[in-house]
Formats: sequence, structure tokens, C-alpha cells
Amino acid sequence: MSVAEAFRVAVTAILANRLRAGLTMLGVIIGVLSVVLLVAVGSGARAEVTSGVEDLGSNLLIIAPGSLQFGQAPSRSTFTLNDVERLDRALEGRAAVAGNLTSGETVRAEGESAFLSVLGVTASFDDVVRRPIARGDFLSDSDVATSRRVAVLGSSAAEGLFPRLDPLARSITISGVRFRVIGVVEALGGSFGVDRDAQVYIPVTAAQRLFGIRTLDTLFVKSPDRDDLDRLSTEIERELQRGSEQAEFSILTQDDILGVAGEILDTLTFVLAAIAGISLLVGGIGVSNIMLVSVSERTREIGLRKALGARTRDITLQFLVEAVLLCGVGGLLGIAGGVGLAVLADTFTPVPASVTGWSVALAFTTSVGVGIFFGVFPARRAGRLDPVAALRHE
Amino acid sequence: MTPLVEVVDVTRRYPAGGGEGVEALAGVSFTIDPGEFVAIIGPSGSGKSTLLHLLGALDRPTTGTVRIGGRDIAQLDDRELASLRNAEIGFVFQQFQLLARTPAVANVALPLIYAGVGNAERQRRARATLEAVGLAHRLTHRPAELSGGEQQRVAIARALVTRPRLVLADEPTGNLDTATGQEVMGLLQRLHAEEGIAVVVITHDLEIAALAPRQLRLRDGLLVGAPVAGR
Repeated sequence: MSVAEAFRVAVTAILANRLRAGLTMLGVIIGVLSVVLLVAVGSGARAEVTSGVEDLGSNLLIIAPGSLQFGQAPSRSTFTLNDVERLDRALEGRAAVAGNLTSGETVRAEGESAFLSVLGVTASFDDVVRRPIARGDFLSDSDVATSRRVAVLGSSAAEGLFPRLDPLARSITISGVRFRVIGVVEALGGSFGVDRDAQVYIPVTAAQRLFGIRTLDTLFVKSPDRDDLDRLSTEIERELQRGSEQAEFSILTQDDILGVAGEILDTLTFVLAAIAGISLLVGGIGVSNIMLVSVSERTREIGLRKALGARTRDITLQFLVEAVLLCGVGGLLGIAGGVGLAVLADTFTPVPASVTGWSVALAFTTSVGVGIFFGVFPARRAGRLDPVAALRHE
Repeated sequence: MTPLVEVVDVTRRYPAGGGEGVEALAGVSFTIDPGEFVAIIGPSGSGKSTLLHLLGALDRPTTGTVRIGGRDIAQLDDRELASLRNAEIGFVFQQFQLLARTPAVANVALPLIYAGVGNAERQRRARATLEAVGLAHRLTHRPAELSGGEQQRVAIARALVTRPRLVLADEPTGNLDTATGQEVMGLLQRLHAEEGIAVVVITHDLEIAALAPRQLRLRDGLLVGAPVAGR
């Protein structure tokens, strides 16, 4: 009997017992579905983090106070505007420097109010940390120099404060101080749980006056050339150690952040895949169990087939193909379900999910492998049955 | 003429709870010629089934020789026995042994799968054989949708579809009422006469056995009235 013939026989046998075949496949379906879905969620998270980091703007160095180690409390920042100016001078126009400070504030406007992140920023902030302007203008150097009370709104901040009005040239109030809106930033979406659209940007000098502080939270340096980052980093380090009040600080590249986050997320994806793999294994054992039941239920059929001329190999092949078919079809259905659910989750829930080719291929080959592995034992048992005993079997 | 089946001094012993075991056949010799119609009669426990399994190349003798179509089945491996069964022998069972939930045509075509016949040709031959046993109108019916007599006729068609030289029928009427049993026997007789196929019917029913021109009586593992070689 050829393999094609064995397929025909196996399909006939499966169709003759649809309910049992369906229930058997269910284990495999669920196993494969969870592999595909969970890996999709893992890689979705990774993709989101990656794009979040890249959204910060390219070729960016982030200079944060403290040594940024796990288990250490964040240090208080003593960066000041002097540090921005010092770096600006030192880098001589080879890189753009920006700084910011952040505070959560209730912002009011014409009967509306919202709790928003207010960022005091230097005028270079929009270029360095990518805040493309949708309407109006970003803050200018003279705005910063004169602590002018002007503000630029993030897109959702603009919608929240001015649901029906054009925000340009209107007033908002932060901590009782009025600011005039001069621009609105394009919608950017979230990154690391920070809604970058619910932000208000004001001149860093005005912010320092408003909050009564003279420090900055973070400094940013953007280089036009990626290959320049390492050299810049060394230079910045030397410059800050010489002149800044900030004794301890860390310089991070996007790759640093991606590396750490990527490692965590790869581990997460692997753990998710392993858990799903266990359910696939359980599904495979289910197939083996059903195949054994099927062999003993069909003992007389096996005896009959042997009497009619089936060889040991023919019977073994028939049952093996049956197991592989159950697993293979179950695997395909599981992939369809997993991909479908991943797309649904990605579209309708905040959970990011992106189906990866390798997980689909792995899930399918594993399920077929499971079929072969768990099918061989029952199939060999079927093939070895003695025809006389099998025919007599009640 | 070379006999189709030669049974020479055959014994078959089954191992059982120590000692000698059970001797189902105690030394049996006979031949069956091509195209013969033979009934093997005997009460239960007489060794009928054991003999059937040997004639059907499903089992090998403990001692002695069984030749089918001139080939000693003790010399053949499992593979060769399977193709011998497939090519030379058609089985008809008391319990019909049809695959449930499987249409009559597919049941009849089953042995052809193992003969390596292509699907289209299998369908064609299965149909033709079903027509020959008078079931042209039952091709796609499943066993549960057929009467007992019809089921046995499907089984006979399955036995004939490979054009074997020998049909072994084990109590073919045992599960049928008398009238239907007569019909099935009539069919076997007709096929025997028309196709020249050798038919061996194993039965405990003397009326059925009387339909065969030649009868072998089996009792306690020995043929009754036959000369016993070597004793």
C-alpha cells in the first residue's frame, strides 16, 4: 500500500468517526493555538518596545542622573541649564543638546481641566526627542531665554482641553499661571506606558520658575551620525565630570535600552512558548491515548484487513498516517485559531500581538512530530496483531 | 491436475497452561482440486476453525504441510502469506465483518487496496462484482442500511473481487434465517458453477452441508472416515 493510499484509508477512518476525531484534535488545536498566540503576544510586546525606543528619535543619547542599576533608588538630579549650555559649547554644533524637567499638573482651559504631564523643555527638544509639530510652532530660543509663558500641547492634551475650539492662541492655566498656546504636536501614541500625547511643553525657564526649582531631570544629545555616538558619549562624560554639579550619571543609547528590554522580553517569549509547548505535549499524549483506544476498538477491522491481504506495514502505516493527520489538521486549525486570536487581540485590545513565522512553523512541525512520536506506538501495536486472534476479538 | 489445496498430515497445537497444550488438529490430510465445492462439517470444538485458518493462510501448522496453489505456507513469511491471501483466497465470515459506516462499494474494494489496484479501477471492479451478486441497487448503502442477507452478499462480493481461486466461507448462513441462508448458498453455488471458483463452506448445519457435492467430517481434530496416515 502506498502512502497516498494510506492517506485515503486514514481520511476515510477519520471521517467515519468525526466526533472522536474532533475531540482528539482539540488537544492539539489548543496546544498549537497557545504556542502561536503566546509567542505572538511576546513578540508583539518586543516590537512595541522597539518601536517605542526608536520613536524617541534616532541616534539619541539619554543622560540620566544616578547609576541606573536595578535595586538602586533613582538619584536626585542636580543637572541644570548650565550643563545644557556647557555640552552645547563643547560639542560645537556636532550634536544637538536638549534638557527637560517633568511634573504632573492639573491644567485648565475654558471650563475644561485635565491632569497632564507638564514638561519644561529647551527649544531644541522637538528636534532632539522628535516632537513633530502639527500646527503652529514649537518653543523658540527667545521663549526659553525670556521665560515666556507660552505652551505647546500634545494631541490628546489639545483635544481634552479644547474639545470644540481651536487651541491656538487660547489660554491655559498651569498652577494658576496663564500660558498662551502656540502649537500642537502630532499624535505620537504611547511608549513604555507613557502617553506622549497627554503632555504640555513650556519653556524650561518658565517651568523652573513655576515649580520653584533650578534643576533638570534628563539631558538628551542627538547626533546626526550613528557611528559618532560612542565618541560623543566619552566626550559628554568628560565634560560633565569636569563641570557639572551632578556627580553620578548614566549615558544610555537606544541600543542599551533595547538590549536590556529585549533580553527580558525574549525570556518572557521563551517562557510563554514553553508553557504552550507543554499543552501541545499533553495534546499529543491525548492523541496517543485515543489511537490506542482506536486500535483496540478496531481490532476486528485490523484482523479483517489482514485476512484480506494487508501486511503488517500496511496496518502500521494506516494508523500512523491517521495519527499524523489528526495532529497535522489539528495543527493547521490551531494555527488558524492562533493567528485569528492574535489579530483580534492586536486590533481590539491593548495587548500587542504580532504573529511570527518561526512560531507558526515550529508549532506545525511540532504537532506533526507529536503525531509521529505518539502515533508510532499504537500503530506498531496495531500492525503486530495476529489476524486469527484479531478476527475472533469481540 | 495439481490440487489447489494440499493438506498433508497436519497437526495444530495451541500452547495452554503447561504440558502438551491443546491439540486442535491431530493429523489431517486431504486435497481440494481447483473448482471443487466442499463442505467441512463438524460440531464446535472439532477443529473446524483451526482448519479454516490454515486453509486461509492465516496460521501455520505445528507439524505437517499445507500447500495452497502449490506453495507450502510454512515456508512463507508474513508478507508472503498476506499477498497469498490477497491473491488466492476470498473469505466469507459468519459475522459478515463489513466495515461499519462504509459504503458497500468501499467494503468490496477493500482487498484491492492491498493488491495495489488504483482507485478508479477498484471502484469499477467493486461495482461490477456487486452487480454480479445482485446488489446493483445497493452500491452506496452502508452495512447498517442493509438486511442480513444483503450484508452477506456484500461480503461475498468482497471475497470475489480479487478473482481468487478459493473462497472460504465460515458458517456463512449462521447469522441468517433459513430462507436467506438458502439464497446465500444458492449464490455461492452459482458463482462456483459460473466462475469455476473452488468453494469451501465450513458449517455445523447438515442441511447446508448437503448442498455440497463433497463433504469432509471433522471430529476431535480428525477427519471421520478418512484413512489415518501413519497410525
